[in-house]
Amino acid sequence: MSILTTGLAGDVPPAHSVRVETPSNYLNAKFTIGSWLATHDHKRIAILFAVSITAFFFIGGAAATMIRLDLATPAGDFVKAETYNKLFTMHGVIMVWFFLIPSIPATLGNFLVPLMIGARDLAFPRLNLTSWYLYVGGSIFTIVAMIAGGVDTGWTFYAPFSTMFSNTHVIYVLAGVFVVGFSSILTGLNIIVTVHTMRAPGMTWFRLPLFVWAQYATAAILVLATPVLAMTLVLVTVERLFGIGIFNPALGGDPLLFQHLFWFYSHPAVYIMVLPAMGVVSELIAASAHNPVFGYKTMAFAIIAIAVLGFLVWGHHMFVSGQSMYAGVVFSFMSFLVAIPSAVKVFNWTATLWHGRITYTAPMLYALGFVGLFTIGGMTGLFLASLALDVHLTDTYFVVAHFHYIMVGGTVSAYLGGIHFWWPKITGRMYSDRWARFAAILLFVGFNFTFFPQYLLGIAGMPRRYHAYPPEFQTLNVLSSAGALILALGYLLPLLYLGWSLFRGARAPANPWDATGLEWQTPSPPPVHNFATPPVVTEPPYAYRMAALTRDVVDAREGTR
Amino acid sequence: MIALGLPPEASTIAPRVDLLLYAVTIVTGGVTIAIFVTMIVFGIRYRAGSKVKRAENVPEAQARARRRVETAWTLIPFALFLASFAWAARLYMVRADAPANSIELFVVAKQWMWKLQHPGGQREIDEMHVPRGQPIKLVMTSQDVIHSFFVPAFRLKQDVLPGRYTEMWFTATQTGRFHLFCAEYCGTDHAHMGGDVIVMEPAEFQRWLNAHAAAQSMAARGEDLFRHLGCSGCHGENASVHAPNLAGVYGRPVPLSDGTTVVADERYIRDSILLPRKEVAAGYAPIMPSFTGQIGEDDILDLIAYIKSLASTKERPK
Repeated sequence: MSILTTGLAGDVPPAHSVRVETPSNYLNAKFTIGSWLATHDHKRIAILFAVSITAFFFIGGAAATMIRLDLATPAGDFVKAETYNKLFTMHGVIMVWFFLIPSIPATLGNFLVPLMIGARDLAFPRLNLTSWYLYVGGSIFTIVAMIAGGVDTGWTFYAPFSTMFSNTHVIYVLAGVFVVGFSSILTGLNIIVTVHTMRAPGMTWFRLPLFVWAQYATAAILVLATPVLAMTLVLVTVERLFGIGIFNPALGGDPLLFQHLFWFYSHPAVYIMVLPAMGVVSELIAASAHNPVFGYKTMAFAIIAIAVLGFLVWGHHMFVSGQSMYAGVVFSFMSFLVAIPSAVKVFNWTATLWHGRITYTAPMLYALGFVGLFTIGGMTGLFLASLALDVHLTDTYFVVAHFHYIMVGGTVSAYLGGIHFWWPKITGRMYSDRWARFAAILLFVGFNFTFFPQYLLGIAGMPRRYHAYPPEFQTLNVLSSAGALILALGYLLPLLYLGWSLFRGARAPANPWDATGLEWQTPSPPPVHNFATPPVVTEPPYAYRMAALTRDVVDAREGTR
Repeated sequence: MIALGLPPEASTIAPRVDLLLYAVTIVTGGVTIAIFVTMIVFGIRYRAGSKVKRAENVPEAQARARRRVETAWTLIPFALFLASFAWAARLYMVRADAPANSIELFVVAKQWMWKLQHPGGQREIDEMHVPRGQPIKLVMTSQDVIHSFFVPAFRLKQDVLPGRYTEMWFTATQTGRFHLFCAEYCGTDHAHMGGDVIVMEPAEFQRWLNAHAAAQSMAARGEDLFRHLGCSGCHGENASVHAPNLAGVYGRPVPLSDGTTVVADERYIRDSILLPRKEVAAGYAPIMPSFTGQIGEDDILDLIAYIKSLASTKERPK
């Protein structure tokens, strides 16, 4: 095993200083359950998060499967309307709060931010563990409430339905989401402070990998937006429990206030979900093309621009809600504005391929899948930002397709790409790249098969959240349900070959992809304190040397086939 | 011609929305294809192991290329976005200008049905009969949660809120039966909260109105309510209490006791019935009792229709 010294020249621990047989690392330092459940190591906490979000992802996915089964027939024969409403609520709540929002920040972000900036840990290791306990406690509480009793408000909890009319377990679910919100805030806070105070010598702001920029911007949104959600949930609870009129006009409340408050959080939350994915993809594409990211500074500023503008577009969820027409015009304009940095990012990813030496490993296929699906999702977002088109398309399946392209096609592809890319670093094992590429393609095909028909359903006028529908929409619904089957396989497959790799995979070298970045300069898996000697950064990010793949890389890959 | 699986174009605005939809589809589709083609071309050309000539110093080559393309690929999308924004915003603002000759229809939404009322008093549930070629303005409110009145064939949708009136207008251009959906999730039977919009030739519509003639028009029902609820005791011609004269008030500015002025529209009348202390007319004591919980949304619409019918007179109602 040798350690490649391409890229940032830190003080790399010489290979011979590490015991060849079983080098001490964060995974084999201790094996007790207590050493995991009471760990302060950001890498172990990242794994705690990864295991829990994976479990919740499959629960949310099971709900989605039942939704698609039900929609295979116009009458919705599989479940009752009440059950259907509970299922899509459960799907939304789990996928948004218990999977997508923590997905990249709390797993890859948690694991990689300290490694990428050359730190020993996050700034507040105990807070980090607290964040996981809040997250797991709140999530399990909510999921039990949703499975045992159920809630039928939709993940959006629109008032006054949620406050006065729903007869389901609204309060329990809100309470769980409220608690999980604090996990978001703590993780965000931790990342902000870490990036500000714990960068290695020489790691200036404009030497930060774009992944770190994205985590930083996301953390800022988490800290600024999540409290608004928390307050909104409290207000819903107050109206529901005590009948104090806040949202319900029958009690003197304002029926639109809830939507303003909710989307003031939930639109930025979309960027909480997609910005980290953009960070991951920048790393993956640069490493696979063996090229510097095209327009690095532009990419960093685009991340910040999206994060800032993302706070000023919430009213585009409300073009037909009865808010002022002029508010609609302003929010439409702002929404087009936020599309510009997003478009520039897509152009820059494409241009990063230019003059590269591109290798098509599984992470790259996931990254290209992200760019494709994000582009389609982004373009269809322009339809929804266009006021007169939104009037027809909003609250139809067009919207469902649009945000799934961004949040599932985009973010989940990037998350899986990131997991595959850093898997050797995290676990110290290689996996079968062939199976992984197959899964990436399956996911891409299955995804389009599932969600592209939903754009057409929306254009044809099928409203969302419908348990049953007029028969003319059946063909497209059946297509979508069939695609969901392929998609499900694409999600299940990595469990198998990655699980196999944990036990049987070839040992990973420190830098299997010949990638730059401090995380690749420490052994795989990293030692408990990340670096044997604190690294010093002397080079810009993505300083790829354009050398052909080294012998080690080829060996490592062939070892897995 | 209708493409993309769009529903029929059955209102004056539908073809205009579709034209914009096609334009946006073509432009975004074109740009998407251009991006994908570029990615594929680069992806093949610059694959590892290909013999294609590459820059010696890639960062420098990138910097040169950036100077050439970066401004263009920021400004061109911006220009396209501005065009789409302006086009779509203009079309959206048409929503606010219902023609003066519109016929008003009143919609009350409740879990899980649409109740409609014509000015002549004809009532419908989950159906809306309208004449072709006549501008129709819907005045809508909800009795419970938020709903949304959605007619895909008209390309129109408007949320219907409790405690408020929202409006939507259209002119149907095609006779036939079209879907009416509730587009805002409203509880258990949300998916079944819908029905049909039936567009008829004007003469046929007139026959339908006659066949379904109600005993009383909305205004006449409102007048009855006005007496039964005791409104006339204070607002009527023989009232001993000092209360505003409602004749001629509709659509006119009303000075309020706090020094501001509001126009007496549907919202003001509704609020005055349910929340009488919110906006007290200047010169009157805040003595009117609230009718919250005593009358339904349909009754309020009847009362409003009655007060509107007094718009052109000055004499106090009896």
